[in-house]
Amino acid sequence: MIKLNVNGRVHEVDAPADTPLLWVLREWVGLTGSKYGCGVAVCGACAVHMDGDVARSCGIMLGDVGDAKIVTIEGLSADGLSHPVQKAWLAHEVPQCGYCQSGQIMAAAALLKATAKPTDADIDAAMTNICRCGTYQRVRAAIHTAAKSGAA
Amino acid sequence: MNDISTLGRRGFLGTAAAVAGGFSLGWTVPGGAQVAHAANSPAVAAGGLEVGIWAVVHPDDRVVVRIARSEMGQGTLTGLAQLVADEMDADWSKVEAEYIAPEVNLASKRAWGDMSTGGSRGIRASVEYVRKGGAAAKAMLVQAAASQWGVPVGECAASEGVVTHRPSGRTLRYGQLAAAAAKLPVPADVVVKQPSEWKIIGKGVKRLDTVEKLSGKLVYAIDLQLPEMLNASIAQCPVFGGKIGSFDAAKVMDMPGVRHVLRVDDSTIAVVADKWWQAQSALKALPIVWDEGANANVDSASIAKHLESGLDAKEAFVGLKQGDAAAALGTAAKKVEAVYGTPFLNHATLEPMTCTAKWDGTTIGVWVSSQNGDASLAAAAEAAGVKLDQVRVHKHHLGGGFGRRGKQDYVRQAVLIAKQVPGRPVKMIWSREEDMQHGFYRPITMAKMQAGLDAQGNLVALHARLSGQSILAHLFPQRIAGGADPVQFQGWNKEEFGYQAIPNVLIDHAMRNTHVPVGFWRGVNHNQNAIYMECFLDEVAHAAGRDPLDFRLGLMGQMPKLRAVMQAAADRAEYRKKLPEGVFRGICANYGFGSYTAAVAEVSVSKAGELKIHRIVAATDCGYAVNPDQIAAQVEGSFVYGLSALFSSENTVAKGRIVEGNFDTYEVMKLDQMPVVETVLVPSGGFWGGVGEPTIAVAAPAVLNAIFAATGKRIRTLPLKHHDLSHA
Repeated sequence: MIKLNVNGRVHEVDAPADTPLLWVLREWVGLTGSKYGCGVAVCGACAVHMDGDVARSCGIMLGDVGDAKIVTIEGLSADGLSHPVQKAWLAHEVPQCGYCQSGQIMAAAALLKATAKPTDADIDAAMTNICRCGTYQRVRAAIHTAAKSGAA
Repeated sequence: MNDISTLGRRGFLGTAAAVAGGFSLGWTVPGGAQVAHAANSPAVAAGGLEVGIWAVVHPDDRVVVRIARSEMGQGTLTGLAQLVADEMDADWSKVEAEYIAPEVNLASKRAWGDMSTGGSRGIRASVEYVRKGGAAAKAMLVQAAASQWGVPVGECAASEGVVTHRPSGRTLRYGQLAAAAAKLPVPADVVVKQPSEWKIIGKGVKRLDTVEKLSGKLVYAIDLQLPEMLNASIAQCPVFGGKIGSFDAAKVMDMPGVRHVLRVDDSTIAVVADKWWQAQSALKALPIVWDEGANANVDSASIAKHLESGLDAKEAFVGLKQGDAAAALGTAAKKVEAVYGTPFLNHATLEPMTCTAKWDGTTIGVWVSSQNGDASLAAAAEAAGVKLDQVRVHKHHLGGGFGRRGKQDYVRQAVLIAKQVPGRPVKMIWSREEDMQHGFYRPITMAKMQAGLDAQGNLVALHARLSGQSILAHLFPQRIAGGADPVQFQGWNKEEFGYQAIPNVLIDHAMRNTHVPVGFWRGVNHNQNAIYMECFLDEVAHAAGRDPLDFRLGLMGQMPKLRAVMQAAADRAEYRKKLPEGVFRGICANYGFGSYTAAVAEVSVSKAGELKIHRIVAATDCGYAVNPDQIAAQVEGSFVYGLSALFSSENTVAKGRIVEGNFDTYEVMKLDQMPVVETVLVPSGGFWGGVGEPTIAVAAPAVLNAIFAATGKRIRTLPLKHHDLSHA
């Protein structure tokens, strides 16, 4: 059994230490908001927060998480809507198919925590998640809106 | 992105008769004859009342609109709900949506129409009957109110979910009327509104499916959790057409969670385990010997030779012919010639192919994100060897579709696995690598383009010779007509070709198929055909010493709406104004999927060859615009899809298999490459055009033409990453 702190709750997980955090979250903890897109930490659909920093959970092994506090999209806000990034996403109608958006939102929330008023260049550098529907223009606009509302 | 069932070739033919028998065409719309009520409707189960077949009205006034097509991000679900709600005069703030189950549609003689969601047809092919469905529901609600009051229907009017008796001012809400309205016969003859009467159609209302996409709560097919569920990962022979040689199941049976190692079909092996990660881990460890077959000798170089042989081949299928292009080319004062080519491309939906199936000995249930619920049902029935009425299909929103999920190969596999594990649901998820290497790729093609100018610089002859792979030959050989694939000529047929003022035109196709499976990739053949035509016409305009916009406008006499949309793009981009130093324009236009599109790109290219796109202006005339904000979203997204293909995406072949296995090698556009896209909507009315695909065709040519303006370099093969754009 390995202890895992997710969204403020400690779970006892009966999975091997070399299991990727993404699959632990999805299949052992039962939180499916973090998505499988590539499995090689390229697409960002699996992004979570690890002690406040954005992390691609498909590339992190359970045994390496230790005491770190994990926050998934399900834990970003109590009602799933009230985080400034979620509000901005709704205002700009960002999602199309929506599959990448958990990761986009988690990446954006971490960016705004680190950089309250990001420039376009900051956004370019931080937002490397893949969206196949092509919502990038609205992702950028929504981050600026969230920044104005004081996301951090 | 076309047509119904997309089973395997043999599968399709084998099932076609059964489908035709079950899905009798000429369905009853909008429910003139009473159809079976949707027994498994969540809205009905929650106490809603069916008012006609398209709307369920709750006592608390919520209106749930039935949706037969699939939502994959394109916004169709919201658009269809707008159409029904407007005709109903519903209160939009109280409108919701639910899918109709394919088996319910089937049992009701397909009362809800075609479920196929492709070809940008979701709205435009549904628009007549869903609006009538909404109008019928409104008529029933108004009738119910009139009956309750004992007044003539003509004295009553409906607006925003309320019926008012005008003379007395009395009102009743839809929720109060639903029970009585639901008992009334569905009127057969209803009149839909005139465009001037629309209140919800044409408005950029918010999507109905956004909130649950912000919280991680939306259950995509890959997220499904059922009691007793097992998980499967599969491996298919990496060489298309190859088979399983042998595999050693005993080597992995002791691994954690592993339950079964199964032969799914001649070329597919599955590991079934308690959890998917366990199945995938065991699959990676499973010793497999593939019988790769003769295709293992094929590679990109041999495919290129095969295609090159078509560029000057004598035999070719004619797509468009007017005048005598060969003769006119022979006597032209000046000739321009160029050869273009584009690669195979995977759809790369971000949610990989996934399907859950459960066989209980009598019925087969499937939980799937599919672009075609009807086809999923037919594929499941065939794979399970059961009748169509023994199938239950649970539709999930798609994590991307782009044409890939019209094919039902993954549904078939999930069912074949479930049949071997009776009594328990099995969720099959393809790994990204499996998904990347077992797609139905955008076909590889080349084009030899030839033009003849007269002494005054007028374009008098055009010959476009396509060489390459046919989608229909692979997916629907029964639709090949006289050997030819009519889909190959998208954008270039008599109905769509924008430049029919050219007196001598020949467009033909030397079919050069490969062993690589091909399919309908968002935008389909318009994508590459538009690159060939729009970039080549730019070359011809340059050779003629003419402005590329004026040159095209002069050839568009027979296509006034295409000319207007190109003019609209040019106007917004202030085409006649000089750009800042170092910034250059490219322009192009296309007509496809029933809509007219045009784009202007403004780019700069540094001396070292670094490309920057400063601005894109994209104009669309889709006739009637149901939701302008969602159309803009599709236009923006189309540039991502089209420019990914321009910049970096390609699938290559070595030893008979696709080389690229993941997004590290199959590169797609990211946010930092996203240009500012300004959408210009010029809906001219009178028709309903598609919006999910048409703009992709103009994305790459506009940028390529701008690159030429900036560098003097003509890029004729994609992707751009193989080219050096540095210039003096």
